[in-house]
Amino acid sequence: MEHGAPMLEVFGIWFNLSNVMMLLIAALIVFLIAFISTRNLQLKPTGMQNFMEWIMDFVKGIIKSNMDWKDGGRFHVLGITLIMFIFVSNMLGLPFAIVVNGDLWWKSPTADPTVTMTLAAMVLILSHYYGIKLKGLKGYAGGYIKPMKFLFPLNIIEEFANTLTLGLRLYGNIYAGEILLTLLAGLASAGAFGFASAIVPMMAWQGFSIFIGAIQAFIFVMLTMVYMSHKVADDH
Amino acid sequence: MFFDHLVLGATGEFLNIGDILATLVIFILLMLLLKKFAWGPLMGVMQQREDLIKSEIETAENSRLESQKLLEEQRSLLKDARTQAQEIVENAKKQGDVSREEIITTARAESGRMKEAAVQEIANERDKAISAVREEVVALSLLAATKVLEKEISEEDNRQLINETIAKAGEVQ
Repeated sequence: MEHGAPMLEVFGIWFNLSNVMMLLIAALIVFLIAFISTRNLQLKPTGMQNFMEWIMDFVKGIIKSNMDWKDGGRFHVLGITLIMFIFVSNMLGLPFAIVVNGDLWWKSPTADPTVTMTLAAMVLILSHYYGIKLKGLKGYAGGYIKPMKFLFPLNIIEEFANTLTLGLRLYGNIYAGEILLTLLAGLASAGAFGFASAIVPMMAWQGFSIFIGAIQAFIFVMLTMVYMSHKVADDH
Repeated sequence: MFFDHLVLGATGEFLNIGDILATLVIFILLMLLLKKFAWGPLMGVMQQREDLIKSEIETAENSRLESQKLLEEQRSLLKDARTQAQEIVENAKKQGDVSREEIITTARAESGRMKEAAVQEIANERDKAISAVREEVVALSLLAATKVLEKEISEEDNRQLINETIAKAGEVQ
Protein backbone atom coordinates (compact mmCIF):
# COMPACT_ATOMS: atom_id res chain seq x y z
CA MET A 1 0.00 0.00 0.00
CA GLU A 2 2.97 2.29 0.31
CA HIS A 3 3.36 4.49 -2.71
CA GLY A 4 6.18 6.76 -3.53
CA ALA A 5 5.78 10.40 -4.38
CA PRO A 6 7.08 12.06 -7.53
CA MET A 7 9.61 14.43 -6.03
CA LEU A 8 11.45 17.13 -7.90
CA GLU A 9 14.19 19.42 -6.66
CA VAL A 10 14.33 22.95 -7.99
CA PHE A 11 17.01 25.25 -6.57
CA GLY A 12 17.30 23.07 -3.51
CA ILE A 13 13.54 23.22 -2.86
CA TRP A 14 11.67 19.93 -3.03
CA PHE A 15 8.34 19.77 -4.79
CA ASN A 16 5.92 16.90 -4.58
CA LEU A 17 4.71 17.11 -8.18
CA SER A 18 1.57 15.15 -7.42
CA ASN A 19 0.59 17.72 -4.80
CA VAL A 20 1.31 20.61 -7.13
CA MET A 21 -0.68 19.02 -9.95
CA MET A 22 -3.68 18.16 -7.77
CA LEU A 23 -3.71 21.62 -6.19
CA LEU A 24 -3.71 23.14 -9.65
CA ILE A 25 -6.51 20.84 -10.78
CA ALA A 26 -8.59 21.62 -7.68
CA ALA A 27 -8.01 25.34 -8.14
CA LEU A 28 -8.92 25.09 -11.80
CA ILE A 29 -12.16 23.22 -11.07
CA VAL A 30 -13.17 25.67 -8.37
CA PHE A 31 -12.37 28.59 -10.59
CA LEU A 32 -14.30 27.16 -13.52
CA ILE A 33 -17.35 26.36 -11.39
CA ALA A 34 -17.37 29.82 -9.86
CA PHE A 35 -16.53 31.61 -13.08
CA ILE A 36 -19.12 29.85 -15.23
CA SER A 37 -21.88 30.14 -12.68
CA THR A 38 -21.34 33.86 -12.22
CA ARG A 39 -21.60 34.75 -15.89
CA ASN A 40 -24.73 36.62 -16.90
CA LEU A 41 -25.60 37.71 -13.37
CA GLN A 42 -29.17 38.76 -12.83
CA LEU A 43 -31.19 40.34 -10.10
CA LYS A 44 -33.61 37.44 -10.39
CA PRO A 45 -31.15 34.56 -10.04
CA THR A 46 -31.49 31.33 -11.98
CA GLY A 47 -29.71 28.00 -12.02
CA MET A 48 -26.07 28.10 -10.98
CA GLN A 49 -26.30 31.65 -9.72
CA ASN A 50 -28.74 30.39 -7.11
CA PHE A 51 -26.24 27.74 -6.08
CA MET A 52 -23.38 30.22 -5.72
CA GLU A 53 -25.59 32.59 -3.78
CA TRP A 54 -26.55 29.74 -1.52
CA ILE A 55 -22.87 29.05 -0.82
CA MET A 56 -22.25 32.73 -0.14
CA ASP A 57 -25.17 32.90 2.25
CA PHE A 58 -24.03 29.69 3.90
CA VAL A 59 -20.55 31.08 4.58
CA LYS A 60 -22.10 34.36 5.63
CA GLY A 61 -24.14 32.39 8.17
CA ILE A 62 -20.99 30.72 9.49
CA ILE A 63 -19.27 34.08 9.91
CA LYS A 64 -22.32 35.70 11.47
CA SER A 65 -22.61 32.92 14.03
CA ASN A 66 -19.11 33.82 15.25
CA MET A 67 -18.81 37.58 15.00
CA ASP A 68 -20.34 40.82 13.88
CA TRP A 69 -20.80 41.11 10.14
CA LYS A 70 -19.10 44.50 10.47
CA ASP A 71 -15.91 42.72 11.53
CA GLY A 72 -16.44 39.46 9.69
CA GLY A 73 -17.39 40.80 6.28
CA ARG A 74 -13.72 41.00 5.33
CA PHE A 75 -13.36 37.22 5.72
CA HIS A 76 -16.25 36.42 3.38
CA VAL A 77 -14.12 35.91 0.28
CA LEU A 78 -11.60 33.85 2.25
CA GLY A 79 -14.36 31.68 3.66
CA ILE A 80 -16.07 30.98 0.33
CA THR A 81 -12.79 30.19 -1.41
CA LEU A 82 -11.70 27.92 1.45
CA ILE A 83 -14.90 25.94 1.62
CA MET A 84 -15.09 25.38 -2.14
CA PHE A 85 -11.39 24.64 -2.52
CA ILE A 86 -11.31 22.15 0.33
CA PHE A 87 -14.54 20.48 -0.71
CA VAL A 88 -13.37 20.02 -4.30
CA SER A 89 -9.97 18.83 -3.06
CA ASN A 90 -11.63 16.27 -0.81
CA MET A 91 -13.75 15.00 -3.67
CA LEU A 92 -10.87 14.65 -6.11
CA GLY A 93 -9.40 11.54 -4.51
CA LEU A 94 -12.69 9.67 -4.34
CA PRO A 95 -13.31 8.29 -7.84
CA PHE A 96 -9.84 6.82 -8.42
CA ALA A 97 -6.16 7.03 -7.60
CA ILE A 98 -3.50 6.92 -10.27
CA VAL A 99 -0.16 5.31 -9.56
CA VAL A 100 2.57 5.62 -12.16
CA ASN A 101 5.82 3.69 -11.69
CA GLY A 102 5.09 3.29 -7.99
CA ASP A 103 4.49 7.02 -7.57
CA LEU A 104 1.04 8.18 -6.46
CA TRP A 105 -0.06 10.92 -8.82
CA TRP A 106 -3.83 11.31 -8.50
CA LYS A 107 -5.13 11.80 -4.97
CA SER A 108 -6.80 14.45 -2.86
CA PRO A 109 -4.37 17.30 -2.28
CA THR A 110 -5.86 17.49 1.21
CA ALA A 111 -4.66 13.92 1.85
CA ASP A 112 -1.20 15.42 2.30
CA PRO A 113 -0.33 16.97 5.68
CA THR A 114 1.92 19.58 4.11
CA VAL A 115 -0.99 21.06 2.20
CA THR A 116 -3.46 21.02 5.07
CA MET A 117 -0.91 22.34 7.54
CA THR A 118 -0.05 25.11 5.15
CA LEU A 119 -3.70 26.12 4.88
CA ALA A 120 -4.11 25.91 8.66
CA ALA A 121 -0.98 27.95 9.31
CA MET A 122 -2.10 30.51 6.74
CA VAL A 123 -5.44 30.89 8.51
CA LEU A 124 -3.85 31.21 11.94
CA ILE A 125 -1.27 33.71 10.73
CA LEU A 126 -4.05 35.70 9.09
CA SER A 127 -5.95 35.68 12.38
CA HIS A 128 -2.89 37.10 14.17
CA TYR A 129 -2.49 39.71 11.45
CA TYR A 130 -6.09 40.85 11.68
CA GLY A 131 -5.96 40.68 15.46
CA ILE A 132 -3.13 43.20 15.48
CA LYS A 133 -4.63 45.27 12.70
CA LEU A 134 -8.09 45.62 14.23
CA LYS A 135 -7.37 45.70 17.96
CA GLY A 136 -3.91 47.22 17.98
CA LEU A 137 -0.75 45.66 19.36
CA LYS A 138 -1.87 46.26 22.94
CA GLY A 139 -5.28 44.71 22.51
CA TYR A 140 -3.74 41.79 20.65
CA ALA A 141 -1.17 41.15 23.37
CA GLY A 142 -3.84 41.55 26.04
CA GLY A 143 -5.67 38.64 24.48
CA TYR A 144 -3.02 36.30 25.82
CA ILE A 145 -3.70 37.01 29.48
CA LYS A 146 -7.44 36.56 29.25
CA PRO A 147 -9.39 35.60 31.17
CA MET A 148 -6.65 35.13 33.83
CA LYS A 149 -3.00 36.05 33.92
CA PHE A 150 -1.77 32.57 34.81
CA LEU A 151 -3.43 31.17 31.66
CA PHE A 152 -0.75 32.83 29.55
CA PRO A 153 1.21 29.60 28.89
CA LEU A 154 -2.00 27.79 28.02
CA ASN A 155 -2.94 30.51 25.56
CA ILE A 156 0.45 30.20 23.90
CA ILE A 157 0.06 26.45 23.64
CA GLU A 158 -3.46 26.94 22.31
CA GLU A 159 -2.19 28.87 19.34
CA PHE A 160 0.03 25.99 18.24
CA ALA A 161 -2.55 23.38 19.15
CA ASN A 162 -5.12 25.20 17.04
CA THR A 163 -2.86 25.20 14.04
CA LEU A 164 -1.97 21.54 14.45
CA THR A 165 -5.50 20.30 15.01
CA LEU A 166 -6.97 22.43 12.24
CA GLY A 167 -4.56 21.03 9.68
CA LEU A 168 -4.27 17.45 10.93
CA ARG A 169 -8.01 16.95 11.36
CA LEU A 170 -8.60 17.62 7.69
CA TYR A 171 -5.57 15.59 6.63
CA GLY A 172 -6.44 12.64 8.86
CA ASN A 173 -10.02 12.36 7.68
CA ILE A 174 -9.22 12.53 4.00
CA TYR A 175 -6.08 10.42 4.17
CA ALA A 176 -7.83 7.69 6.14
CA GLY A 177 -10.65 7.70 3.60
CA GLU A 178 -8.21 7.28 0.76
CA ILE A 179 -6.27 4.51 2.50
CA LEU A 180 -9.46 2.53 2.98
CA LEU A 181 -10.49 3.16 -0.64
CA THR A 182 -7.08 1.94 -1.78
CA LEU A 183 -7.42 -1.21 0.32
CA LEU A 184 -10.89 -1.87 -1.06
CA ALA A 185 -9.68 -1.26 -4.59
CA GLY A 186 -6.87 -3.74 -4.00
CA LEU A 187 -9.41 -6.28 -2.81
CA ALA A 188 -11.68 -5.59 -5.79
CA SER A 189 -8.85 -6.19 -8.24
CA ALA A 190 -7.84 -9.44 -6.58
CA GLY A 191 -10.37 -11.57 -8.43
CA ALA A 192 -14.04 -12.17 -9.09
CA PHE A 193 -14.82 -13.05 -5.49
CA GLY A 194 -12.85 -10.10 -4.24
CA PHE A 195 -14.68 -7.77 -6.61
CA ALA A 196 -18.06 -9.07 -5.52
CA SER A 197 -17.23 -8.66 -1.86
CA ALA A 198 -15.61 -5.26 -2.29
CA ILE A 199 -18.21 -3.49 -4.40
CA VAL A 200 -20.76 -2.93 -1.65
CA PRO A 201 -18.38 -1.56 1.03
CA MET A 202 -16.65 0.43 -1.70
CA MET A 203 -19.85 2.21 -2.63
CA ALA A 204 -20.78 2.70 0.99
CA TRP A 205 -17.37 4.12 1.86
CA GLN A 206 -17.33 6.42 -1.16
CA GLY A 207 -20.75 7.76 -0.19
CA PHE A 208 -19.54 8.22 3.35
CA SER A 209 -16.38 9.93 2.10
CA ILE A 210 -18.45 12.45 0.18
CA PHE A 211 -20.24 13.20 3.42
CA ILE A 212 -16.91 13.38 5.32
CA GLY A 213 -15.42 15.63 2.66
CA ALA A 214 -18.34 18.07 2.88
CA ILE A 215 -18.35 18.02 6.68
CA GLN A 216 -14.59 18.57 6.87
CA ALA A 217 -14.77 21.51 4.48
CA PHE A 218 -17.52 23.00 6.64
CA ILE A 219 -15.59 22.36 9.87
CA PHE A 220 -12.42 23.88 8.48
CA VAL A 221 -14.21 27.12 7.55
CA MET A 222 -16.18 27.10 10.79
CA LEU A 223 -13.01 26.78 12.90
CA THR A 224 -11.28 29.38 10.74
CA MET A 225 -14.00 31.84 11.63
CA VAL A 226 -13.93 30.81 15.30
CA TYR A 227 -10.21 31.50 15.53
CA MET A 228 -10.63 34.74 13.61
CA SER A 229 -13.35 35.88 15.96
CA HIS A 230 -11.15 35.06 18.97
CA LYS A 231 -8.60 37.48 17.67
CA VAL A 232 -10.87 40.06 16.08
CA ALA A 233 -14.08 40.31 18.06
CA ASP A 234 -14.28 42.28 21.29
CA ASP A 235 -16.23 39.66 23.20
CA HIS A 236 -15.45 35.98 23.26
CA MET B 1 15.41 17.58 10.27
CA PHE B 2 13.44 17.95 13.44
CA PHE B 3 10.08 17.64 11.68
CA ASP B 4 11.01 14.68 9.57
CA HIS B 5 9.20 12.03 11.56
CA LEU B 6 6.11 14.25 11.73
CA VAL B 7 5.65 14.24 7.98
CA LEU B 8 3.14 11.45 7.69
CA GLY B 9 2.03 11.23 4.09
CA ALA B 10 5.04 12.30 2.12
CA THR B 11 7.69 9.68 1.75
CA GLY B 12 10.63 12.01 1.41
CA GLU B 13 13.05 12.35 4.32
CA PHE B 14 12.70 16.12 4.22
CA LEU B 15 10.23 18.90 4.66
CA ASN B 16 9.00 19.74 1.18
CA ILE B 17 9.03 23.48 1.23
CA GLY B 18 8.03 23.44 -2.40
CA ASP B 19 4.60 22.05 -1.53
CA ILE B 20 4.09 24.72 1.07
CA LEU B 21 4.97 27.42 -1.42
CA ALA B 22 2.83 25.83 -4.10
CA THR B 23 -0.17 25.53 -1.78
CA LEU B 24 0.13 29.13 -0.66
CA VAL B 25 0.66 30.53 -4.12
CA ILE B 26 -2.10 28.48 -5.71
CA PHE B 27 -4.61 29.18 -2.97
CA ILE B 28 -3.93 32.90 -2.77
CA LEU B 29 -3.95 33.20 -6.54
CA LEU B 30 -7.24 31.32 -6.68
CA MET B 31 -8.70 33.57 -4.02
CA LEU B 32 -7.65 36.75 -5.82
CA LEU B 33 -8.88 35.51 -9.19
CA LEU B 34 -12.20 34.41 -7.76
CA LYS B 35 -12.59 37.71 -5.96
CA LYS B 36 -12.07 39.55 -9.21
CA PHE B 37 -14.07 37.31 -11.53
CA ALA B 38 -16.68 35.58 -9.40
CA TRP B 39 -17.28 36.72 -5.83
CA GLY B 40 -16.93 40.42 -6.53
CA PRO B 41 -19.60 40.58 -9.24
CA LEU B 42 -21.83 38.16 -7.37
CA MET B 43 -21.60 40.19 -4.18
CA GLY B 44 -22.31 43.29 -6.22
CA VAL B 45 -25.46 41.75 -7.62
CA MET B 46 -26.60 40.57 -4.20
CA GLN B 47 -25.96 44.02 -2.77
CA GLN B 48 -27.85 45.53 -5.69
CA ARG B 49 -30.78 43.22 -5.05
CA GLU B 50 -30.74 44.11 -1.38
CA ASP B 51 -30.83 47.80 -2.24
CA LEU B 52 -33.58 47.22 -4.77
CA ILE B 53 -35.72 45.35 -2.26
CA LYS B 54 -35.09 48.03 0.34
CA SER B 55 -36.11 50.80 -2.02
CA GLU B 56 -39.12 48.82 -3.22
CA ILE B 57 -40.31 48.36 0.33
CA GLU B 58 -39.81 52.04 0.97
CA THR B 59 -41.73 52.96 -2.17
CA ALA B 60 -44.56 50.62 -1.26
CA GLU B 61 -44.74 52.09 2.22
CA ASN B 62 -44.77 55.61 0.81
CA SER B 63 -47.48 54.89 -1.72
CA ARG B 64 -49.52 53.17 0.94
CA LEU B 65 -49.32 56.28 3.12
CA GLU B 66 -50.15 58.48 0.16
CA SER B 67 -53.17 56.43 -0.80
CA GLN B 68 -54.30 56.51 2.83
CA LYS B 69 -54.02 60.27 2.76
CA LEU B 70 -55.89 60.52 -0.53
CA LEU B 71 -58.59 58.25 0.79
CA GLU B 72 -59.05 60.47 3.83
CA GLU B 73 -59.19 63.50 1.60
CA GLN B 74 -61.74 61.93 -0.69
CA ARG B 75 -63.81 60.86 2.25
CA SER B 76 -63.91 64.35 3.73
CA LEU B 77 -64.65 65.81 0.30
CA LEU B 78 -67.52 63.42 -0.15
CA LYS B 79 -68.85 64.33 3.26
CA ASP B 80 -68.66 68.04 2.40
CA ALA B 81 -70.37 67.47 -0.89
CA ARG B 82 -73.14 65.53 0.79
CA THR B 83 -73.82 68.27 3.36
CA GLN B 84 -73.68 70.88 0.67
CA ALA B 85 -76.16 68.99 -1.46
CA GLN B 86 -78.45 68.63 1.51
CA GLU B 87 -78.20 72.33 2.14
CA ILE B 88 -78.97 73.16 -1.46
CA VAL B 89 -82.01 70.92 -1.47
CA GLU B 90 -83.21 72.45 1.77
CA ASN B 91 -82.73 75.98 0.42
CA ALA B 92 -84.57 75.15 -2.77
CA LYS B 93 -87.45 73.75 -0.79
CA LYS B 94 -87.60 76.84 1.36
CA GLN B 95 -87.39 79.10 -1.65
CA GLY B 96 -90.14 77.12 -3.32
CA ASP B 97 -92.38 77.55 -0.32
CA VAL B 98 -91.72 81.26 -0.20
CA SER B 99 -92.41 81.82 -3.87
CA ARG B 100 -95.56 79.73 -3.72
CA GLU B 101 -96.87 81.87 -0.90
CA GLU B 102 -95.96 84.96 -2.84
CA ILE B 103 -97.66 83.79 -6.00
CA ILE B 104 -100.78 82.86 -4.11
CA THR B 105 -100.88 86.19 -2.32
CA THR B 106 -100.33 88.10 -5.54
CA ALA B 107 -103.03 86.14 -7.31
CA ARG B 108 -105.42 86.67 -4.48
CA ALA B 109 -104.75 90.43 -4.43
CA GLU B 110 -105.11 90.62 -8.17
CA SER B 111 -108.39 88.81 -8.19
CA GLY B 112 -109.67 91.05 -5.38
CA ARG B 113 -108.73 94.12 -7.29
CA MET B 114 -110.35 92.86 -10.44
CA LYS B 115 -113.51 92.10 -8.57
CA GLU B 116 -113.56 95.57 -7.08
CA ALA B 117 -112.97 97.14 -10.47
CA ALA B 118 -115.77 95.09 -11.92
CA VAL B 119 -118.11 96.12 -9.15
CA GLN B 120 -117.17 99.76 -9.68
CA GLU B 121 -117.73 99.44 -13.37
CA ILE B 122 -121.09 97.84 -12.82
CA ALA B 123 -122.06 100.61 -10.49
CA ASN B 124 -120.95 103.27 -12.95
CA GLU B 125 -122.76 101.61 -15.78
CA ARG B 126 -125.88 101.36 -13.70
CA ASP B 127 -125.70 105.03 -12.77
CA LYS B 128 -125.13 105.94 -16.34
CA ALA B 129 -127.99 103.76 -17.42
CA ILE B 130 -130.29 105.18 -14.77
CA SER B 131 -129.52 108.78 -15.73
CA ALA B 132 -129.99 107.93 -19.38
CA VAL B 133 -133.31 106.29 -18.60
CA ARG B 134 -134.22 109.26 -16.51
CA GLU B 135 -133.47 111.61 -19.36
CA GLU B 136 -135.42 109.43 -21.75
CA VAL B 137 -138.32 109.27 -19.32
CA VAL B 138 -138.28 113.05 -18.96
CA ALA B 139 -138.34 113.54 -22.68
CA LEU B 140 -141.03 110.93 -23.13
CA SER B 141 -143.08 112.30 -20.24
CA LEU B 142 -142.65 115.71 -21.68
CA LEU B 143 -143.84 114.52 -25.01
CA ALA B 144 -146.65 112.57 -23.40
CA ALA B 145 -147.70 115.41 -21.18
CA THR B 146 -147.69 117.78 -24.11
CA LYS B 147 -149.79 115.42 -26.02
CA VAL B 148 -152.10 114.74 -23.06
CA LEU B 149 -152.60 118.30 -21.99
CA GLU B 150 -152.56 119.61 -25.44
CA LYS B 151 -151.82 122.77 -23.78
CA GLU B 152 -148.59 124.32 -24.17
CA ILE B 153 -147.02 125.63 -21.17
CA SER B 154 -143.66 127.10 -21.05
CA GLU B 155 -141.13 124.50 -21.58
CA GLU B 156 -139.30 125.72 -18.50
CA ASP B 157 -142.19 125.09 -16.19
CA ASN B 158 -142.90 121.88 -17.85
CA ARG B 159 -139.44 120.48 -17.35
CA GLN B 160 -139.44 121.48 -13.73
CA LEU B 161 -142.77 119.86 -13.16
CA ILE B 162 -141.70 116.64 -14.76
CA ASN B 163 -138.43 116.52 -12.87
CA GLU B 164 -140.33 116.90 -9.67
CA THR B 165 -142.61 114.10 -10.68
CA ILE B 166 -139.70 111.83 -11.51
CA ALA B 167 -137.93 112.65 -8.28
CA LYS B 168 -141.10 111.76 -6.50
CA ALA B 169 -141.33 108.61 -8.47
CA GLY B 170 -137.70 107.79 -7.54
CA GLU B 171 -138.48 108.33 -3.91
CA VAL B 172 -141.46 106.11 -4.13
CA GLN B 173 -139.39 103.51 -5.77
